[in-house]
Amino acid sequence: MIEARGLTKRYGSTVAVDELSFEVLAGRVTGFLGPNGAGKSTTLRMVLGLDTPTGGTVTIDGRPYTSLRRPLFEVGAMLEAKAVHEGRSAYSHLLCLAQSNGIGRRRVEEVLDIVGLTSVAKKRAGLFSLGMGQRLGIGAALLGDPGVLIFDEPVNGLDPEGIVWIRTLMQSLASEGRTVFVSSHLMAEMALTADHVIVIGRGRLLAEASVDELVGGSSQNYVRVRSPQDARLATLVSANGGSSRPEADGALAITGISASAIGDLAGTNGIILHELSPQEVSLEEVYMELTHDSVEYRSGQPIVDAPTGKVA
Amino acid sequence: MVVTQMPLEGAVAARKPTGWIGPDILRSEWSKLRTVRSTYWTLFAAVVAMIGLSAILCAIYVAQYAHVSASDRATFDPVSFSLTGSFLAQLAIGVLGVLVITNEYSSGMIRATFAAIPQRLSVLAAKAAVFAGVTLVVTTAACFVAFLVGQMILSAKGIGVTLGAPGALRTVLGTGLYLAVLGLLALGLGTIIRKTAGAIAALFGLIFVLPVIASLLPSSMNSIQRFLPSNAGQALIDNGAHHGTSTVAQLSPWAGFGVFCLYAAAALVIAGSTLVRRDA
Repeated sequence: MIEARGLTKRYGSTVAVDELSFEVLAGRVTGFLGPNGAGKSTTLRMVLGLDTPTGGTVTIDGRPYTSLRRPLFEVGAMLEAKAVHEGRSAYSHLLCLAQSNGIGRRRVEEVLDIVGLTSVAKKRAGLFSLGMGQRLGIGAALLGDPGVLIFDEPVNGLDPEGIVWIRTLMQSLASEGRTVFVSSHLMAEMALTADHVIVIGRGRLLAEASVDELVGGSSQNYVRVRSPQDARLATLVSANGGSSRPEADGALAITGISASAIGDLAGTNGIILHELSPQEVSLEEVYMELTHDSVEYRSGQPIVDAPTGKVA
Repeated sequence: MVVTQMPLEGAVAARKPTGWIGPDILRSEWSKLRTVRSTYWTLFAAVVAMIGLSAILCAIYVAQYAHVSASDRATFDPVSFSLTGSFLAQLAIGVLGVLVITNEYSSGMIRATFAAIPQRLSVLAAKAAVFAGVTLVVTTAACFVAFLVGQMILSAKGIGVTLGAPGALRTVLGTGLYLAVLGLLALGLGTIIRKTAGAIAALFGLIFVLPVIASLLPSSMNSIQRFLPSNAGQALIDNGAHHGTSTVAQLSPWAGFGVFCLYAAAALVIAGSTLVRRDA
Protein backbone atom coordinates (compact mmCIF):
# COMPACT_ATOMS: atom_id res chain seq x y z
CA MET A 1 0.00 0.00 0.00
CA ILE A 2 1.16 3.51 -0.80
CA GLU A 3 0.01 6.21 1.57
CA ALA A 4 0.52 9.95 1.12
CA ARG A 5 -0.35 12.40 3.89
CA GLY A 6 -0.32 16.14 3.21
CA LEU A 7 2.38 15.65 0.60
CA THR A 8 3.67 19.01 -0.60
CA LYS A 9 6.43 20.07 -2.98
CA ARG A 10 7.38 23.67 -3.60
CA TYR A 11 9.95 24.97 -6.05
CA GLY A 12 10.53 28.55 -4.95
CA SER A 13 7.11 30.17 -5.13
CA THR A 14 5.66 27.48 -7.40
CA VAL A 15 3.63 24.80 -5.68
CA ALA A 16 3.93 21.60 -7.70
CA VAL A 17 2.16 19.34 -5.22
CA ASP A 18 -0.19 20.82 -2.68
CA GLU A 19 -1.22 18.97 0.51
CA LEU A 20 -1.90 15.77 -1.37
CA SER A 21 -3.32 12.84 0.61
CA PHE A 22 -4.31 9.51 -0.88
CA GLU A 23 -4.05 5.76 -0.46
CA VAL A 24 -3.20 3.25 -3.13
CA LEU A 25 -4.46 -0.17 -2.11
CA ALA A 26 -3.27 -3.63 -3.07
CA GLY A 27 -5.15 -5.89 -5.44
CA ARG A 28 -6.33 -3.32 -7.92
CA VAL A 29 -5.04 -0.97 -10.57
CA THR A 30 -5.14 2.61 -9.36
CA GLY A 31 -4.95 5.28 -12.02
CA PHE A 32 -3.20 8.54 -11.24
CA LEU A 33 -4.70 11.14 -13.50
CA GLY A 34 -4.17 14.77 -14.20
CA PRO A 35 -3.40 17.14 -17.03
CA ASN A 36 0.21 17.73 -18.00
CA GLY A 37 1.96 19.69 -15.28
CA ALA A 38 -0.51 18.60 -12.59
CA GLY A 39 2.27 17.22 -10.41
CA LYS A 40 1.96 13.50 -11.16
CA SER A 41 5.62 12.84 -11.87
CA THR A 42 6.76 14.99 -8.96
CA THR A 43 4.48 12.99 -6.67
CA LEU A 44 5.84 9.69 -7.99
CA ARG A 45 9.43 10.90 -7.51
CA MET A 46 8.59 11.72 -3.89
CA VAL A 47 7.03 8.26 -3.44
CA LEU A 48 10.36 6.79 -4.59
CA GLY A 49 12.47 9.01 -2.36
CA LEU A 50 14.07 10.74 -5.34
CA ASP A 51 12.67 14.16 -4.46
CA THR A 52 12.36 15.31 -0.88
CA PRO A 53 8.90 16.63 0.01
CA THR A 54 8.69 20.21 1.27
CA GLY A 55 6.01 18.95 3.64
CA GLY A 56 4.01 15.84 4.47
CA THR A 57 4.97 12.21 4.19
CA VAL A 58 4.60 9.29 1.85
CA THR A 59 5.16 5.67 2.84
CA ILE A 60 5.20 2.24 1.25
CA ASP A 61 3.64 -0.37 3.50
CA GLY A 62 4.16 2.06 6.34
CA ARG A 63 7.83 2.81 5.70
CA PRO A 64 9.46 5.73 3.94
CA TYR A 65 11.09 4.58 0.70
CA THR A 66 14.54 5.82 1.66
CA SER A 67 14.60 3.45 4.64
CA LEU A 68 14.24 0.40 2.37
CA ARG A 69 17.23 -1.83 1.70
CA ARG A 70 17.21 -3.63 -1.65
CA PRO A 71 13.91 -1.87 -2.47
CA LEU A 72 13.52 -3.62 -5.84
CA PHE A 73 12.05 -6.56 -3.94
CA GLU A 74 9.30 -4.36 -2.55
CA VAL A 75 8.75 -1.63 -5.13
CA GLY A 76 9.30 -1.65 -8.87
CA ALA A 77 9.04 1.60 -10.77
CA MET A 78 9.20 2.83 -14.31
CA LEU A 79 9.57 6.58 -14.26
CA GLU A 80 10.85 7.48 -17.70
CA ALA A 81 11.12 5.40 -20.79
CA LYS A 82 14.62 5.33 -22.19
CA ALA A 83 16.32 6.49 -19.02
CA VAL A 84 19.09 4.24 -20.20
CA HIS A 85 22.67 4.86 -21.25
CA GLU A 86 22.45 4.80 -25.04
CA GLY A 87 25.47 2.60 -25.48
CA ARG A 88 24.42 -0.05 -23.00
CA SER A 89 22.47 -3.11 -24.09
CA ALA A 90 19.07 -3.93 -22.64
CA TYR A 91 20.60 -6.95 -20.91
CA SER A 92 23.45 -4.94 -19.38
CA HIS A 93 21.10 -2.18 -18.27
CA LEU A 94 18.90 -4.64 -16.38
CA LEU A 95 21.94 -6.48 -15.05
CA CYS A 96 23.39 -3.28 -13.53
CA LEU A 97 20.11 -2.60 -11.72
CA ALA A 98 19.59 -6.25 -10.74
CA GLN A 99 23.06 -6.66 -9.26
CA SER A 100 22.64 -3.57 -7.11
CA ASN A 101 19.94 -5.48 -5.19
CA GLY A 102 21.61 -8.87 -5.31
CA ILE A 103 19.39 -10.20 -8.11
CA GLY A 104 21.04 -12.70 -10.44
CA ARG A 105 21.42 -13.07 -14.19
CA ARG A 106 18.68 -15.71 -14.48
CA ARG A 107 16.04 -13.28 -13.30
CA VAL A 108 17.33 -10.70 -15.82
CA GLU A 109 16.79 -13.21 -18.61
CA GLU A 110 13.35 -14.09 -17.25
CA VAL A 111 12.33 -10.43 -17.17
CA LEU A 112 13.60 -9.83 -20.71
CA ASP A 113 11.34 -12.70 -21.74
CA ILE A 114 8.33 -11.29 -19.85
CA VAL A 115 8.64 -7.92 -21.59
CA GLY A 116 9.40 -9.49 -24.95
CA LEU A 117 12.89 -8.08 -25.47
CA THR A 118 14.89 -11.32 -25.51
CA SER A 119 15.64 -11.09 -29.22
CA VAL A 120 17.08 -7.57 -28.89
CA ALA A 121 18.66 -8.01 -25.46
CA LYS A 122 22.19 -7.48 -26.74
CA LYS A 123 21.39 -4.44 -28.87
CA ARG A 124 22.38 -0.95 -27.81
CA ALA A 125 19.42 0.64 -26.02
CA GLY A 126 20.08 3.87 -27.95
CA LEU A 127 18.68 2.13 -31.02
CA PHE A 128 15.42 1.22 -29.30
CA SER A 129 12.08 2.73 -30.26
CA LEU A 130 10.12 4.53 -27.57
CA GLY A 131 7.90 1.47 -27.20
CA MET A 132 10.89 -0.83 -26.67
CA GLY A 133 12.24 1.68 -24.16
CA GLN A 134 8.93 1.45 -22.27
CA ARG A 135 9.16 -2.32 -22.22
CA LEU A 136 12.71 -2.10 -20.90
CA GLY A 137 11.59 0.29 -18.17
CA ILE A 138 8.77 -2.06 -17.22
CA GLY A 139 11.26 -4.92 -17.16
CA ALA A 140 13.40 -3.00 -14.67
CA ALA A 141 10.34 -2.57 -12.46
CA LEU A 142 9.67 -6.32 -12.48
CA LEU A 143 13.24 -7.40 -11.56
CA GLY A 144 12.61 -7.99 -7.87
CA ASP A 145 9.08 -9.35 -8.39
CA PRO A 146 7.83 -6.60 -6.08
CA GLY A 147 4.45 -6.26 -4.40
CA VAL A 148 4.15 -2.59 -5.35
CA LEU A 149 4.47 -1.40 -8.94
CA ILE A 150 4.57 2.20 -10.10
CA PHE A 151 4.41 3.18 -13.75
CA ASP A 152 4.62 6.75 -15.00
CA GLU A 153 2.78 7.10 -18.33
CA PRO A 154 3.53 3.54 -19.42
CA VAL A 155 1.47 3.55 -22.62
CA ASN A 156 3.23 6.55 -24.15
CA GLY A 157 4.78 5.51 -27.40
CA LEU A 158 3.38 2.01 -27.40
CA ASP A 159 1.64 0.62 -30.47
CA PRO A 160 -1.92 -0.76 -30.09
CA GLU A 161 -0.63 -4.25 -29.43
CA GLY A 162 1.73 -2.89 -26.82
CA ILE A 163 -1.07 -0.96 -25.14
CA VAL A 164 -3.19 -4.10 -24.84
CA TRP A 165 -0.12 -5.92 -23.53
CA ILE A 166 0.60 -3.40 -20.77
CA ARG A 167 -3.10 -3.22 -19.86
CA THR A 168 -3.27 -7.00 -19.49
CA LEU A 169 0.01 -7.06 -17.57
CA MET A 170 -1.12 -4.41 -15.09
CA GLN A 171 -4.44 -6.12 -14.52
CA SER A 172 -2.81 -9.51 -14.00
CA LEU A 173 -0.30 -7.97 -11.58
CA ALA A 174 -3.17 -6.47 -9.60
CA SER A 175 -5.12 -9.72 -9.66
CA GLU A 176 -2.12 -11.39 -8.03
CA GLY A 177 -2.68 -9.07 -5.07
CA ARG A 178 -0.08 -6.46 -5.93
CA THR A 179 -0.46 -2.71 -5.62
CA VAL A 180 -0.40 -1.18 -9.10
CA PHE A 181 -0.20 2.60 -9.42
CA VAL A 182 -0.25 4.02 -12.93
CA SER A 183 -0.12 7.63 -13.96
CA SER A 184 -1.60 8.89 -17.18
CA HIS A 185 -3.01 12.01 -18.70
CA LEU A 186 -5.22 9.84 -20.92
CA MET A 187 -8.53 9.19 -19.21
CA ALA A 188 -9.75 6.89 -21.96
CA GLU A 189 -6.85 4.55 -21.32
CA MET A 190 -7.44 4.57 -17.57
CA ALA A 191 -11.14 3.88 -18.07
CA LEU A 192 -10.13 0.57 -19.61
CA THR A 193 -7.30 -0.28 -17.23
CA ALA A 194 -7.95 1.13 -13.79
CA ASP A 195 -10.39 0.05 -11.12
CA HIS A 196 -9.88 3.15 -9.07
CA VAL A 197 -8.65 6.61 -9.95
CA ILE A 198 -6.97 9.47 -8.16
CA VAL A 199 -7.41 12.70 -10.10
CA ILE A 200 -5.19 15.71 -9.42
CA GLY A 201 -4.95 19.15 -10.94
CA ARG A 202 -2.40 21.85 -10.11
CA GLY A 203 -1.02 19.58 -7.43
CA ARG A 204 -4.30 19.21 -5.56
CA LEU A 205 -6.54 16.21 -5.14
CA LEU A 206 -9.67 16.61 -7.28
CA ALA A 207 -11.23 13.19 -6.87
CA GLU A 208 -10.47 9.78 -5.45
CA ALA A 209 -13.08 7.21 -6.38
CA SER A 210 -13.79 4.05 -8.31
CA VAL A 211 -14.32 4.48 -12.03
CA ASP A 212 -17.98 3.48 -11.65
CA GLU A 213 -18.63 6.01 -8.90
CA LEU A 214 -17.09 8.80 -10.92
CA VAL A 215 -19.11 8.08 -14.03
CA GLY A 216 -22.38 7.27 -12.21
CA GLY A 217 -22.20 10.37 -10.08
CA SER A 218 -21.68 12.82 -12.85
CA SER A 219 -24.12 15.72 -13.07
CA GLN A 220 -23.87 15.42 -16.82
CA ASN A 221 -25.76 12.13 -17.16
CA TYR A 222 -29.13 12.52 -18.87
CA VAL A 223 -31.76 10.66 -20.89
CA ARG A 224 -32.21 11.45 -24.54
CA VAL A 225 -35.80 11.27 -25.79
CA ARG A 226 -37.35 11.94 -29.19
CA SER A 227 -41.10 12.15 -29.52
CA PRO A 228 -43.58 13.83 -31.87
CA GLN A 229 -45.40 15.05 -28.73
CA ASP A 230 -42.31 16.48 -27.07
CA ALA A 231 -44.02 19.58 -25.65
CA ARG A 232 -46.51 17.43 -23.72
CA LEU A 233 -43.80 15.09 -22.58
CA ALA A 234 -41.72 18.00 -21.31
CA THR A 235 -44.65 19.23 -19.22
CA LEU A 236 -45.20 15.76 -17.78
CA VAL A 237 -41.51 15.43 -16.96
CA SER A 238 -41.40 18.67 -15.03
CA ALA A 239 -44.61 17.70 -13.21
CA ASN A 240 -42.80 14.51 -12.09
CA GLY A 241 -39.68 16.16 -10.69
CA GLY A 242 -37.50 16.08 -13.80
CA SER A 243 -36.32 18.80 -16.10
CA SER A 244 -35.76 18.88 -19.81
CA ARG A 245 -34.10 21.01 -22.40
CA PRO A 246 -34.23 20.73 -26.17
CA GLU A 247 -31.19 19.43 -27.99
CA ALA A 248 -29.99 20.83 -31.31
CA ASP A 249 -31.59 18.04 -33.39
CA GLY A 250 -35.03 18.37 -31.76
CA ALA A 251 -34.60 15.67 -29.16
CA LEU A 252 -35.14 16.33 -25.44
CA ALA A 253 -32.38 16.00 -22.89
CA ILE A 254 -34.03 14.96 -19.63
CA THR A 255 -32.40 14.95 -16.25
CA GLY A 256 -33.73 14.23 -12.79
CA ILE A 257 -35.74 11.11 -13.61
CA SER A 258 -34.69 7.72 -14.91
CA ALA A 259 -35.19 6.34 -18.42
CA SER A 260 -37.64 3.69 -17.19
CA ALA A 261 -39.71 6.32 -15.37
CA ILE A 262 -39.87 8.36 -18.56
CA GLY A 263 -40.95 5.28 -20.51
CA ASP A 264 -43.73 4.54 -17.98
CA LEU A 265 -44.83 8.14 -18.06
CA ALA A 266 -45.05 8.13 -21.86
CA GLY A 267 -46.89 4.77 -21.91
CA THR A 268 -49.58 5.70 -19.39
CA ASN A 269 -50.17 9.00 -21.19
CA GLY A 270 -50.24 7.54 -24.69
CA ILE A 271 -47.19 9.45 -25.87
CA ILE A 272 -45.27 7.92 -28.76
CA LEU A 273 -41.51 7.65 -28.26
CA HIS A 274 -39.05 7.40 -31.18
CA GLU A 275 -36.00 7.25 -28.99
CA LEU A 276 -35.34 6.68 -25.31
CA SER A 277 -31.66 6.38 -24.48
CA PRO A 278 -29.79 7.00 -21.23
CA GLN A 279 -26.65 9.02 -21.90
CA GLU A 280 -23.89 8.24 -19.47
CA VAL A 281 -20.95 10.57 -19.89
CA SER A 282 -17.63 8.94 -20.49
CA LEU A 283 -14.92 8.98 -17.88
CA GLU A 284 -13.15 11.28 -20.28
CA GLU A 285 -15.94 13.84 -19.92
CA VAL A 286 -16.00 13.55 -16.13
CA TYR A 287 -12.28 14.07 -16.19
CA MET A 288 -12.56 17.16 -18.35
CA GLU A 289 -15.23 18.49 -16.02
CA LEU A 290 -13.00 17.86 -13.01
CA THR A 291 -9.77 19.21 -14.39
CA HIS A 292 -11.12 21.97 -16.56
CA ASP A 293 -10.16 24.66 -14.03
CA SER A 294 -6.73 23.27 -13.41
CA VAL A 295 -5.32 22.78 -16.86
CA GLU A 296 -1.96 24.45 -16.87
CA TYR A 297 -1.38 24.77 -20.59
CA ARG A 298 -4.45 25.31 -22.68
CA SER A 299 -5.17 26.24 -26.27
CA GLY A 300 -7.17 29.35 -26.96
CA GLN A 301 -10.20 27.35 -28.11
CA PRO A 302 -13.01 26.85 -25.59
CA ILE A 303 -13.27 23.20 -24.66
CA VAL A 304 -16.79 23.43 -23.29
CA ASP A 305 -19.80 24.15 -25.44
CA ALA A 306 -21.63 26.64 -23.23
CA PRO A 307 -25.38 26.19 -23.98
CA THR A 308 -25.58 22.46 -23.30
CA GLY A 309 -22.64 22.22 -20.99
CA LYS A 310 -21.59 19.23 -23.01
CA VAL A 311 -17.96 18.69 -23.60
CA ALA A 312 -17.03 19.14 -27.21
CA MET B 1 1.28 -11.59 -27.34
CA VAL B 2 2.47 -13.53 -24.35
CA VAL B 3 2.01 -12.43 -20.80
CA THR B 4 4.12 -14.87 -18.91
CA GLN B 5 2.66 -15.84 -15.59
CA MET B 6 4.87 -14.45 -12.92
CA PRO B 7 5.68 -16.25 -9.71
CA LEU B 8 3.29 -15.39 -6.93
CA GLU B 9 4.11 -12.51 -4.70
CA GLY B 10 6.65 -13.51 -2.14
CA ALA B 11 8.16 -16.25 -4.27
CA VAL B 12 11.14 -14.12 -5.16
CA ALA B 13 10.92 -11.80 -2.20
CA ALA B 14 11.64 -14.86 -0.09
CA ARG B 15 14.95 -15.04 -1.91
CA LYS B 16 15.79 -11.46 -1.03
CA PRO B 17 19.40 -11.46 0.11
CA THR B 18 20.22 -10.20 3.54
CA GLY B 19 23.36 -8.64 4.88
CA TRP B 20 25.56 -5.81 3.75
CA ILE B 21 24.58 -4.13 0.50
CA GLY B 22 28.15 -2.97 -0.24
CA PRO B 23 29.24 -5.91 -2.42
CA ASP B 24 26.00 -5.72 -4.44
CA ILE B 25 26.55 -2.05 -5.21
CA LEU B 26 30.20 -2.63 -6.10
CA ARG B 27 29.21 -5.42 -8.49
CA SER B 28 26.59 -3.16 -10.07
CA GLU B 29 29.05 -0.28 -10.50
CA TRP B 30 31.61 -2.63 -12.00
CA SER B 31 29.00 -3.77 -14.53
CA LYS B 32 28.14 -0.17 -15.34
CA LEU B 33 31.78 0.67 -15.97
CA ARG B 34 32.53 -2.33 -18.16
CA THR B 35 29.35 -2.18 -20.27
CA VAL B 36 29.84 1.21 -21.92
CA ARG B 37 32.27 1.93 -24.69
CA SER B 38 33.46 5.26 -23.30
CA THR B 39 35.32 3.37 -20.57
CA TYR B 40 37.34 1.43 -23.13
CA TRP B 41 37.98 4.42 -25.36
CA THR B 42 39.16 6.73 -22.61
CA LEU B 43 41.35 4.09 -20.95
CA PHE B 44 42.75 3.14 -24.35
CA ALA B 45 43.50 6.82 -25.04
CA ALA B 46 45.18 7.15 -21.65
CA VAL B 47 47.39 4.11 -22.25
CA VAL B 48 48.32 5.18 -25.78
CA ALA B 49 49.11 8.70 -24.57
CA MET B 50 51.11 7.39 -21.65
CA ILE B 51 53.28 4.99 -23.64
CA GLY B 52 53.22 6.61 -27.08
CA LEU B 53 53.99 10.17 -26.07
CA SER B 54 56.74 9.07 -23.72
CA ALA B 55 58.35 6.89 -26.40
CA ILE B 56 58.18 9.65 -29.00
CA LEU B 57 59.70 12.25 -26.68
CA CYS B 58 62.50 9.89 -25.61
CA ALA B 59 63.23 9.08 -29.25
CA ILE B 60 63.40 12.79 -30.14
CA TYR B 61 65.68 13.46 -27.16
CA VAL B 62 68.01 10.66 -28.22
CA ALA B 63 68.02 11.85 -31.83
CA GLN B 64 68.82 15.43 -30.76
CA TYR B 65 71.21 14.38 -28.00
CA ALA B 66 74.24 15.82 -29.78
CA HIS B 67 72.64 19.28 -29.65
CA VAL B 68 71.62 19.14 -25.98
CA SER B 69 73.67 21.53 -23.85
CA ALA B 70 75.81 20.24 -21.04
CA SER B 71 73.71 22.02 -18.41
CA ASP B 72 70.51 20.47 -19.81
CA ARG B 73 72.17 17.07 -19.76
CA ALA B 74 73.11 17.63 -16.14
CA THR B 75 69.52 18.30 -15.04
CA PHE B 76 67.97 15.67 -17.31
CA ASP B 77 65.84 13.25 -15.32
CA PRO B 78 65.28 10.08 -17.37
CA VAL B 79 62.65 8.74 -14.96
CA SER B 80 60.13 11.59 -15.10
CA PHE B 81 60.99 12.22 -18.75
CA SER B 82 59.80 8.72 -19.66
CA LEU B 83 56.50 9.44 -17.89
CA THR B 84 55.71 12.71 -19.68
CA GLY B 85 52.75 11.01 -21.35
CA SER B 86 50.87 11.39 -18.07
CA PHE B 87 50.23 15.04 -18.98
CA LEU B 88 48.14 13.87 -21.90
CA ALA B 89 46.75 10.78 -20.17
CA GLN B 90 45.23 12.90 -17.43
CA LEU B 91 42.83 14.42 -19.99
CA ALA B 92 41.40 11.00 -20.76
CA ILE B 93 41.22 9.93 -17.12
CA GLY B 94 39.59 13.23 -16.16
CA VAL B 95 36.95 12.83 -18.85
CA LEU B 96 36.20 9.26 -17.74
CA GLY B 97 35.94 10.30 -14.10
CA VAL B 98 33.38 12.95 -15.01
CA LEU B 99 31.43 10.60 -17.31
CA VAL B 100 31.11 7.89 -14.68
CA ILE B 101 28.48 10.03 -12.96
CA THR B 102 27.34 12.59 -15.56
CA ASN B 103 26.28 9.95 -18.07
CA GLU B 104 23.77 8.77 -15.47
CA TYR B 105 22.40 12.28 -15.14
CA SER B 106 22.25 12.93 -18.88
CA SER B 107 20.45 9.66 -19.61
CA GLY B 108 18.14 9.74 -16.57
CA MET B 109 19.61 6.44 -15.35
CA ILE B 110 20.48 8.15 -12.07
CA ARG B 111 16.84 7.98 -10.99
CA ALA B 112 16.70 4.24 -11.66
CA THR B 113 19.97 3.91 -9.74
CA PHE B 114 18.74 5.82 -6.69
CA ALA B 115 15.36 4.09 -6.79
CA ALA B 116 17.25 0.78 -6.66
CA ILE B 117 19.67 2.06 -4.00
CA PRO B 118 18.27 4.87 -1.84
CA GLN B 119 21.57 4.86 0.06
CA ARG B 120 23.11 7.48 -2.21
CA LEU B 121 26.43 7.85 -0.41
CA SER B 122 27.03 4.14 -0.85
CA VAL B 123 26.51 4.59 -4.58
CA LEU B 124 29.07 7.41 -4.70
CA ALA B 125 31.53 5.41 -2.62
CA ALA B 126 31.13 2.34 -4.83
CA LYS B 127 31.58 4.40 -7.98
CA ALA B 128 34.72 5.98 -6.54
CA ALA B 129 36.16 2.64 -5.43
CA VAL B 130 35.50 0.80 -8.69
CA PHE B 131 36.61 3.63 -10.96
CA ALA B 132 39.71 4.51 -8.94
CA GLY B 133 40.65 0.83 -8.69
CA VAL B 134 40.36 0.26 -12.43
CA THR B 135 42.20 3.49 -13.22
CA LEU B 136 44.99 2.72 -10.79
CA VAL B 137 45.59 -0.74 -12.24
CA VAL B 138 45.44 0.37 -15.87
CA THR B 139 47.50 3.55 -15.53
CA THR B 140 50.12 1.97 -13.25
CA ALA B 141 50.62 -0.82 -15.77
CA ALA B 142 50.90 1.78 -18.54
CA CYS B 143 53.42 3.74 -16.45
CA PHE B 144 55.64 0.70 -16.07
CA VAL B 145 55.52 0.03 -19.79
CA ALA B 146 56.17 3.70 -20.58
CA PHE B 147 59.12 3.70 -18.17
CA LEU B 148 60.63 0.51 -19.61
CA VAL B 149 60.14 1.59 -23.24
CA GLY B 150 61.50 5.06 -22.48
CA GLN B 151 64.59 3.72 -20.71
CA MET B 152 65.20 1.27 -23.54
CA ILE B 153 65.25 4.15 -26.02
CA LEU B 154 67.35 6.38 -23.77
CA SER B 155 69.88 3.61 -23.17
CA ALA B 156 71.00 4.07 -26.79
CA LYS B 157 72.89 7.09 -25.42
CA GLY B 158 73.66 5.40 -22.16
CA ILE B 159 71.35 7.67 -20.17
CA GLY B 160 68.66 5.10 -19.36
CA VAL B 161 68.19 3.97 -15.78
CA THR B 162 66.57 0.98 -14.08
CA LEU B 163 63.73 0.81 -11.57
CA GLY B 164 66.43 0.50 -8.95
CA ALA B 165 67.55 4.11 -9.56
CA PRO B 166 66.82 6.54 -6.69
CA GLY B 167 63.16 7.60 -6.77
CA ALA B 168 62.42 5.65 -9.94
CA LEU B 169 59.97 3.16 -8.48
CA ARG B 170 58.27 5.86 -6.40
CA THR B 171 57.84 8.02 -9.50
CA VAL B 172 56.41 5.23 -11.63
CA LEU B 173 53.93 4.17 -8.95
CA GLY B 174 53.26 7.80 -8.07
CA THR B 175 52.21 8.63 -11.61
CA GLY B 176 49.54 5.93 -11.48
CA LEU B 177 48.42 7.23 -8.08
CA TYR B 178 48.29 10.80 -9.37
CA LEU B 179 46.05 9.77 -12.28
CA ALA B 180 43.72 7.73 -10.07
CA VAL B 181 43.30 10.61 -7.60
CA LEU B 182 42.79 13.03 -10.49
CA GLY B 183 40.00 10.71 -11.63
CA LEU B 184 38.40 10.96 -8.18
CA LEU B 185 38.62 14.74 -8.30
CA ALA B 186 36.85 14.53 -11.67
CA LEU B 187 34.18 12.23 -10.23
CA GLY B 188 33.59 14.69 -7.41
CA LEU B 189 33.24 17.62 -9.79
CA GLY B 190 30.96 15.59 -12.06
CA THR B 191 28.69 14.79 -9.12
CA ILE B 192 28.54 18.41 -8.00
CA ILE B 193 27.99 19.88 -11.48
CA ARG B 194 26.02 16.96 -13.05
CA LYS B 195 26.63 18.16 -16.61
CA THR B 196 29.43 16.57 -18.62
CA ALA B 197 30.64 19.70 -20.39
CA GLY B 198 30.52 21.89 -17.30
CA ALA B 199 32.34 19.39 -15.14
CA ILE B 200 35.09 18.81 -17.70
CA ALA B 201 35.55 22.57 -18.08
CA ALA B 202 35.77 22.98 -14.31
CA LEU B 203 38.29 20.16 -13.99
CA PHE B 204 40.59 21.40 -16.71
CA GLY B 205 40.24 24.94 -15.45
CA LEU B 206 41.42 23.77 -12.06
CA ILE B 207 44.26 21.64 -13.42
CA PHE B 208 45.55 23.66 -16.37
CA VAL B 209 44.27 27.23 -16.19
CA LEU B 210 44.61 27.95 -12.49
CA PRO B 211 48.42 27.49 -12.47
CA VAL B 212 48.72 29.89 -15.43
CA ILE B 213 46.65 32.52 -13.66
CA ALA B 214 48.58 32.01 -10.44
CA SER B 215 51.88 32.51 -12.27
CA LEU B 216 50.73 36.06 -13.13
CA LEU B 217 50.48 36.97 -9.46
CA PRO B 218 53.27 39.10 -7.93
CA SER B 219 56.31 37.04 -7.02
CA SER B 220 55.68 37.72 -3.33
CA MET B 221 52.72 35.38 -3.68
CA ASN B 222 54.68 32.65 -5.47
CA SER B 223 54.45 30.36 -2.50
CA ILE B 224 50.80 29.59 -3.16
CA GLN B 225 51.59 28.03 -6.53
CA ARG B 226 52.93 24.87 -5.04
CA PHE B 227 49.60 24.31 -3.30
CA LEU B 228 47.54 24.38 -6.49
CA PRO B 229 46.10 20.96 -7.32
CA SER B 230 48.17 20.09 -10.37
CA ASN B 231 51.43 21.51 -9.00
CA ALA B 232 50.97 19.69 -5.72
CA GLY B 233 50.03 16.41 -7.37
CA GLN B 234 52.80 16.50 -9.89
CA ALA B 235 55.39 16.86 -7.17
CA LEU B 236 55.13 13.09 -6.98
CA ILE B 237 55.70 12.69 -10.73
CA ASP B 238 58.46 15.23 -11.24
CA ASN B 239 60.89 13.33 -9.09
CA GLY B 240 62.25 16.63 -7.87
CA ALA B 241 62.74 18.06 -11.37
CA HIS B 242 61.13 21.27 -12.56
CA HIS B 243 58.84 21.26 -15.51
CA GLY B 244 57.64 24.15 -17.60
CA THR B 245 58.23 27.73 -16.63
CA SER B 246 57.63 27.32 -12.95
CA THR B 247 60.60 28.54 -10.98
CA VAL B 248 58.94 27.92 -7.68
CA ALA B 249 60.14 25.18 -5.42
CA GLN B 250 57.68 22.32 -5.22
CA LEU B 251 56.45 20.51 -2.17
CA SER B 252 58.18 17.26 -1.38
CA PRO B 253 56.71 14.37 -3.42
CA TRP B 254 54.50 12.85 -0.73
CA ALA B 255 53.51 16.17 0.86
CA GLY B 256 52.46 17.40 -2.58
CA PHE B 257 50.52 14.25 -3.22
CA GLY B 258 48.86 14.60 0.19
CA VAL B 259 47.68 18.10 -0.72
CA PHE B 260 46.38 16.79 -4.05
CA CYS B 261 44.45 14.06 -2.22
CA LEU B 262 42.91 16.73 0.00
CA TYR B 263 41.51 18.48 -3.08
CA ALA B 264 39.96 15.23 -4.31
CA ALA B 265 38.63 14.45 -0.83
CA ALA B 266 37.10 17.92 -0.55
CA ALA B 267 35.44 17.52 -3.94
CA LEU B 268 34.00 14.13 -2.92
CA VAL B 269 32.76 15.42 0.45
CA ILE B 270 30.96 18.33 -1.23
CA ALA B 271 29.68 15.89 -3.87
CA GLY B 272 28.32 13.59 -1.18
CA SER B 273 26.56 16.35 0.68
CA THR B 274 24.93 17.73 -2.49
CA LEU B 275 23.97 14.23 -3.57
CA VAL B 276 22.07 13.63 -0.34
CA ARG B 277 20.51 17.09 -0.22
CA ARG B 278 19.38 17.63 -3.79
CA ASP B 279 16.53 15.99 -5.66
CA ALA B 280 17.75 13.34 -8.05
